[in-house]
Amino acid sequence: MITYVVRRVLLMVPTLLVIATLTFVLIRLAPGGPFQSEKDIPAKAKAELLARYGLDRPLHEQYASFLRNVVRLDFGPSYKYPDRQVRDIILQGFSVSAELGGWALLLALLVGVPLGTLAAVRQNQTADFAAMALALAGVSVPSFVLGPVFVLAFALTLLWLPAALWTGPASRILPVLALSASYVAYIARLTRAGMLEVLRQDYIRTARAKGLAERDVIVKHAMKLGLLPVVSYLGPAAARIIMGSIVIEQIFAIPGLGRYLVVGAINRDYTLVMGTVLFYASFLLVLNLVVDLAYGWLDPRVELA
Amino acid sequence: MSIGLRPPASVLPQAGRPTAARSLWSDAWLRLRRNRVAVAAAAFLVGMSALTALAPWLPGLPDPALQDLALGASPPSLAHVLGTDELGRDLLARVLHGGRISLMVGLVGTLVSLLIGVVWGAVAGYVGGRTDDLMMRVVDVLYALPYIFLVILLLVFFSRTLVMLFVALGLVQWLTMARIVRGQVLSLKQQTFVEAARALGATDAAIIFRHIVPNTLGPVIVYTTLTVPAVILQEAFLSFLGLGVQPPNASWGTLVSDGARLLALFPWLVVFPGLAMSLTLLAFNFLGDGLRDALDPQGRRDAGA
Repeated sequence: MITYVVRRVLLMVPTLLVIATLTFVLIRLAPGGPFQSEKDIPAKAKAELLARYGLDRPLHEQYASFLRNVVRLDFGPSYKYPDRQVRDIILQGFSVSAELGGWALLLALLVGVPLGTLAAVRQNQTADFAAMALALAGVSVPSFVLGPVFVLAFALTLLWLPAALWTGPASRILPVLALSASYVAYIARLTRAGMLEVLRQDYIRTARAKGLAERDVIVKHAMKLGLLPVVSYLGPAAARIIMGSIVIEQIFAIPGLGRYLVVGAINRDYTLVMGTVLFYASFLLVLNLVVDLAYGWLDPRVELA
Repeated sequence: MSIGLRPPASVLPQAGRPTAARSLWSDAWLRLRRNRVAVAAAAFLVGMSALTALAPWLPGLPDPALQDLALGASPPSLAHVLGTDELGRDLLARVLHGGRISLMVGLVGTLVSLLIGVVWGAVAGYVGGRTDDLMMRVVDVLYALPYIFLVILLLVFFSRTLVMLFVALGLVQWLTMARIVRGQVLSLKQQTFVEAARALGATDAAIIFRHIVPNTLGPVIVYTTLTVPAVILQEAFLSFLGLGVQPPNASWGTLVSDGARLLALFPWLVVFPGLAMSLTLLAFNFLGDGLRDALDPQGRRDAGA
């Protein structure tokens, strides 16, 4: 177990190196540069600016010093906001994005799992068809359609909730709902499929035969195995929620990490983009490891090796 | 999961055995036709494809770029069934022309991923051994990459042309296809018909692409049907961030994005493009579900969706 974790963590190093290198190469290959728009600055000032960020040195030196700094988690100051460290921007943006994504994922589980279980228990009955039609609709309506529609309905027409920004508890509701809808739907589908497979197994028949209440059979026996597909989906789900939150942050003007990434890329804010991409990548890698560990814990047949 | 439940190779379509081939496919066709929802979805998709493909030649449909500044934004009316945007352009024309681009991106992006994925997976599975290890390790590393960031960087820093979009989206989608095909090939290459082909002196390339790949078509068709909406969704996502289709071209994603900015004033600008896209995605998902039930009745219901 411990060797497994150590091995996985060690495997992350080459992956992160690939990501860092790819990002570095992409950024440096791209035409244009960070100080391109400030055309009227004198050549001397520009040279000083380049020197300050080390952009005047040969490329391989820049790469080496970049990697050295990454190891120390030091991405330097942002190009666009020179008085702010990239690290601070990331931490601040991530706390917002994590709250948004965390609530969305939690909501998806709290609604999706019961919905899918209900559909599986009532297979081919009205409740099943209704739940699955709803789920398929939820999968098909993109969050960036749902977001504006929610704003239109609940903020602009009914005036119940704020339309944008990230200021109070009420401002959290619409973005979280818009972000979580498709995950509610997908988790419901996965739960149903997993539960249907498990409910056919012999040990469920045994549990029923020995007179357990149906409720206990479902909750205590079937769910542990039936939810395995959901658990293994949590890794990709978190990755997609991060991606989806980029759009949601845009719609609701939320100062999250996704917003900084897009703005940073458009502004050619090299240090900010580098920092954000590497941060997201490591976050996802750790998350995948956690999901795999949870999988092994839930299903003893899975051997972690 | 339940590879053992696949129909034996003798009933799968094989080169030179049309009778056996017909039975599986006509069986699947029967199952599909009995699924009324899937048939309705297919009919909807045919209609939508025809309407968007023929949009430039539809009688009575105005030029989507034709402005009527005096009219400005108007709600749906007899002259403009879906209304007009803030420049007085007919929304129906814009939605249909936007659908052309969205569907094209979806199909071409899927095709790119299909080509790479099938070749990669088939070769890895067939050759096996160290080649297989290496090729699948590449897929694993790519899986771990937060590709969406690389796509964003690619599109921001380089050209935002349609071709770049195809490549970027295709590159993202082929990984799952490669895994599915490899899994299929691993079990297929043990079958006697492969041995027979080899005994007859068929080359490896011929065995892979003429004998094995056609037998993987079932899962590949199902996954392809589910990839198209995924690609459409990603194009829309990128377009929403201003990174996808660039003006004067428009896709459903850019229409929703433009509409979202004027949401408070002209809600129909979000609602109709969003509806067109959501219904199309829904239809693809229904059809994919139906195809999965028809072609791969014993298959894992959660695979790759």
